[in-house]
Amino acid sequence: MTTVGDRKPAGFEDNDQHPVGHGRMLRKEDPRFVRGRGNYVDDVQLPGMLHLAILRAPVAHARLVSIDTTAAEAHPKVKAVVTGATLETLNLAWMPTLSNDVQAVLVTDKVRFQGQEVAFVVAEDRYAARDALELIDVEYDVLDPVIDVRRALEDAAPVIRDDLEGKTDNHCFDWETGDAAATEAVFAKADVVVSQDIVYPRVHPAPMETCGAVADFDPVEGRLTLWSTTQAPHAHRTLYAIVAGLPEHKIRVISPDIGGGFGNKVPIYPGYVCAVVGSIVTGKPVKWMEDRSENLVSTGFARDYVMRGEIAATRDGRILGIRTHVLADHGAFNGTAAPVKYPAGFFGVFTGSYDLEAAYCHMTAVYTNKAPGGVAYACSFRITEAVYLVERIVDCLAAELAMDPVELRLKNFIKPEQFPYTTKTGWVYDSGNYEPTMRKAMDLAGYEDLRREQAEKRARGELMGIGVSFFTEAVGAGPRKHMDILGLGMADGCELRVHPTGKAVVRLSVQSQGQGHETTFAQIVGEELGIPPADVDVVHGDTDNTPFGLGTYGSRSTPVSGGAAALVARKVRDKARIVASGMLEVSADDLVWDKGSFHVAGDPSTAVTIQDIAMRAHGAGDLPEGYEGALEAQITYNPPNLTYPHGAYICVVDVDPGTAQVKVRRFVAVDDCGTRINPMIIEGQIHGGLTDGVGMALMEIVAFDEDGNCLGGSLMDYLLPTAMEVPDWETGFTVTPSPHHPIGAKGVGESATVGSPPAIVNAVVDALAPFGVRHADMPLTPSRVWDAMRGQARPPI
Amino acid sequence: MQVPAPFEYERATSVDHAIGLLERLGGSARLVAGGHSLLPMMKLRLANFEYLIDINDLRDELGYLDVRTDEIRIGALTRHRELLESDELAAAFPIFRDAEKVIADPVVRNWGTLGGSLCQADPSEDLSAVCTTLDGRCVIRGQSGERVVPMTEFHRGPYETAVGDDEILIEIRFPVRPRGGSAFEKVERRAGDWAVVSAGAAVWLLDDGRIADARVGLAAVGPNTTALPEISAALTGREPSEELYDEAGRLAAQGCRPESDMRGSEEYKRHLAGELTKRALRRSVERARERG
Ligand SMILES: Cc1cc2nc3c(=O)[nH]c(=O)nc-3n(C[C@H](O)[C@H](O)[C@H](O)COP(=O)(O)OP(=O)(O)OC[C@H]3O[C@@H](n4cnc5c(N)ncnc54)[C@H](O)[C@@H]3O)c2cc1C
Repeated sequence: MTTVGDRKPAGFEDNDQHPVGHGRMLRKEDPRFVRGRGNYVDDVQLPGMLHLAILRAPVAHARLVSIDTTAAEAHPKVKAVVTGATLETLNLAWMPTLSNDVQAVLVTDKVRFQGQEVAFVVAEDRYAARDALELIDVEYDVLDPVIDVRRALEDAAPVIRDDLEGKTDNHCFDWETGDAAATEAVFAKADVVVSQDIVYPRVHPAPMETCGAVADFDPVEGRLTLWSTTQAPHAHRTLYAIVAGLPEHKIRVISPDIGGGFGNKVPIYPGYVCAVVGSIVTGKPVKWMEDRSENLVSTGFARDYVMRGEIAATRDGRILGIRTHVLADHGAFNGTAAPVKYPAGFFGVFTGSYDLEAAYCHMTAVYTNKAPGGVAYACSFRITEAVYLVERIVDCLAAELAMDPVELRLKNFIKPEQFPYTTKTGWVYDSGNYEPTMRKAMDLAGYEDLRREQAEKRARGELMGIGVSFFTEAVGAGPRKHMDILGLGMADGCELRVHPTGKAVVRLSVQSQGQGHETTFAQIVGEELGIPPADVDVVHGDTDNTPFGLGTYGSRSTPVSGGAAALVARKVRDKARIVASGMLEVSADDLVWDKGSFHVAGDPSTAVTIQDIAMRAHGAGDLPEGYEGALEAQITYNPPNLTYPHGAYICVVDVDPGTAQVKVRRFVAVDDCGTRINPMIIEGQIHGGLTDGVGMALMEIVAFDEDGNCLGGSLMDYLLPTAMEVPDWETGFTVTPSPHHPIGAKGVGESATVGSPPAIVNAVVDALAPFGVRHADMPLTPSRVWDAMRGQARPPI
Repeated sequence: MQVPAPFEYERATSVDHAIGLLERLGGSARLVAGGHSLLPMMKLRLANFEYLIDINDLRDELGYLDVRTDEIRIGALTRHRELLESDELAAAFPIFRDAEKVIADPVVRNWGTLGGSLCQADPSEDLSAVCTTLDGRCVIRGQSGERVVPMTEFHRGPYETAVGDDEILIEIRFPVRPRGGSAFEKVERRAGDWAVVSAGAAVWLLDDGRIADARVGLAAVGPNTTALPEISAALTGREPSEELYDEAGRLAAQGCRPESDMRGSEEYKRHLAGELTKRALRRSVERARERG
């Protein structure tokens, strides 16, 4: 089933509705944010709390010769100075990463990236802690760094990971998917083969709130309370238990309000561990909040894929196969946060939205002297890279065939009757109906008129470009049979309790970083129980008060926890039916559910509401035989498959022929995320993601100089887009529900970040077509666009 | 949160008080005006000063815009926002409003000052280019009195100016000449970013429409604001035309000394110096003609 909706003007009245269940409504959490009453980690103040600051390496690769902490220790406000040597004695100098690698908490032997943690100071205040860092005297023996990813595997390259036994090169892993021979065969028979080198540069999620923690270890109880900026409190708690050897029931991880995550807050960073150690050694609560530069230079980056894409097709535009070779820069430690069986995340969906005969990818991942990370910035586990690759290479093919890029896509889409569709790399797309979505975007954009306008402008020497992208995402990790993080299955729990007066509390394992969970999940429960979302409190982000689950990233909250919330509400509804059958003295089978109440079939006047039922369930009267009382339930939801949202994006740009500046004039985004719970929240997610896309396409890059100095260490150097760079977003939607999700919903949080960069780059390349340009790598800064105009497009790294 | 090293802080009660403090404290002290250049450097610990002397209470002495028929005087503590919003200034020198629209963001413009901008002497700073274009003269005061330094001699190198350790920049004076027009062009990677290149131009026309005088100032293409006397020489006495702007653009591209960095390649910057010079001159002439 597909319905095609119209764009509603996002007017305020339109949002200010009070649906019982799904529908447009203002976010329940916003009053506290707009009134400055949020409670972030840095707002946590505890009696006697101390402050921690981290000394970071000034160079990218160096042997640690000596550290002298005497002067720092003598600072009157300093309580402790800890080095890697101290941690070694506690067996805490190294910690596991989320990809089964290890990462130094503090350097013991060798610095492996600029900004790496070398020592920390705990002091009475933040200023003193920072001042004391300057009193630590470190001697480094500087080594040649490995910065150019293409040269990391050369024989002469210095070995970065000599901490790993027997390691003699910088090889991290090799990975492949698809069928090499079958792909070779379709390439051999193809009329047309196009190949293109494509770089997705290293970028950074740069959340508004940087990472930090407050650790409070109670030596008497042996209990650790850790407030931290984490997208996955439960998974973190289990890992702390494993790493620090503390019993898990004595650890409480609290993730209070989080100021943006985008994947940056999935890993466990050395700073969190330092805060815990700091509290243990001083016996006081310890706060660590990194500053902006620390966040940019040391925490989880995203992308950094050097790709070669190849596409094979018939002369009339039937795509036969796609092949790609990828060189992946993982930095100094493999800190990728992805399900363990997916070292390249879900890059395997590089086959896109097209019905192919064959596909193949081979990837080599390497270590370099750069910060670790690799899955972040709303990438849906590397789908950003995959979609960028396929949508760019399809445009290259369209140029080669002199075919309209939309026509080429329409011709090759997977057809609605082919779903569920198994791709040539083994992904089972649950549902999709691509053509109406594409056509809707064309209608909203006025595609034919735009092409006419472009032809007129070209005749006058003006540079206007129209870029299209079409994506299919794979979100909602995931079935525990296939997906786990360090052995923890990716299923999520949910608990729902209806209080005697019919108000409810739902407890989630996922953790919002701005996605609006307190509203969306209240709406899911409200829809199933027929009570206003305002009556449903959402509790999340506290391991002592919520059921186990793996957290929020990869757009998984609605696909996984959303399913859990709907099912737990249905479980409560089933219980309510039993109570109602007692109240109405009929068999439960004779009751009819009417969103919020049960009545005897054929007699609506007998209705008892959920509120009546809740009171009875807690009341003094008799309950049906075997019913113990209360109205609550618990569930763990193990999703049978991922959900596969899709979307069609069209971008219009103007390029100034004299200065090469790109102006994004229009952007049309039509998204299909299945059932729409709160359209306003969906639009907000889309707007944010599209803005990210403008940033990545036009300005963002974490670059390094040849010595390994990070050139993106402040927001003056690492540019993020502002309202001035983005157009008035034009959004639309289609609805193709997920057949397996309890309410038919699919994830949407990352769709726009995934889908928009190729649309923008395709538009710029289209604008530059008169110069014979077929490809230009991001970021498309004026200088780089000017290079492309002169036939000198260069990769950014 | 980035935190600076410890420093002492005093609010000056008069310009003379500030000069006295500077003289006593020497190079370990710095004036703080809007603080939008100084404080970020201190928070990043790129610069540590032991004393900060806050001059923000000296609005009476230093914060003014004095528009006369033959000269405009602007106090060093005049904020970006005041420069942006003054209609009188925009009428005489539209280049100021052009520039202020694209300098930083409203938060920075509410505090940042003309004096702080010039004294920071960042090679990419826009107002220095504006002041150079308008032939500004800087009034500097110290214990021994005032002296006046033309903009062309004000910058001594990146982050270095003619203002001594114990001196204060008081005001900038601009001559007002008839039949003038001016404009500012900037290319930035993103709103609020520093210039990849920016160019200011001002022209004054003769009654017959020919150019009586023309000046161009460039930012971000060399260690300091680049004034281009060759352009003035090439334009004086000539009839404005596209060919003439092209010629000026060529001179600008040749005369500047850009370096490649994350904002752009040297070649591109050179190209922009030419392109923006042309655009700024074209608009300046249009404006001069409109004013008749
Ligand atoms: C985010 C951001 C973006 C920016 N973008 C731009 C831009 O696009 N273009 C641009 O041109 N600028 C830009 N700036 C710089 C901004 O214009 C300057 O920071 C600011 O205006 C400098 O003035 P201030 O009053 O804040 O100087 P302060 O920071 O207070 O002082 C700067 C220096 O000047 C000295 N000083 C100040 N006043 C005097 C005086 N009267 N006499 C002697 N010395 C003095 C101080 O001692 C200090 O050394 C940006 C700044 C920020 C923070």
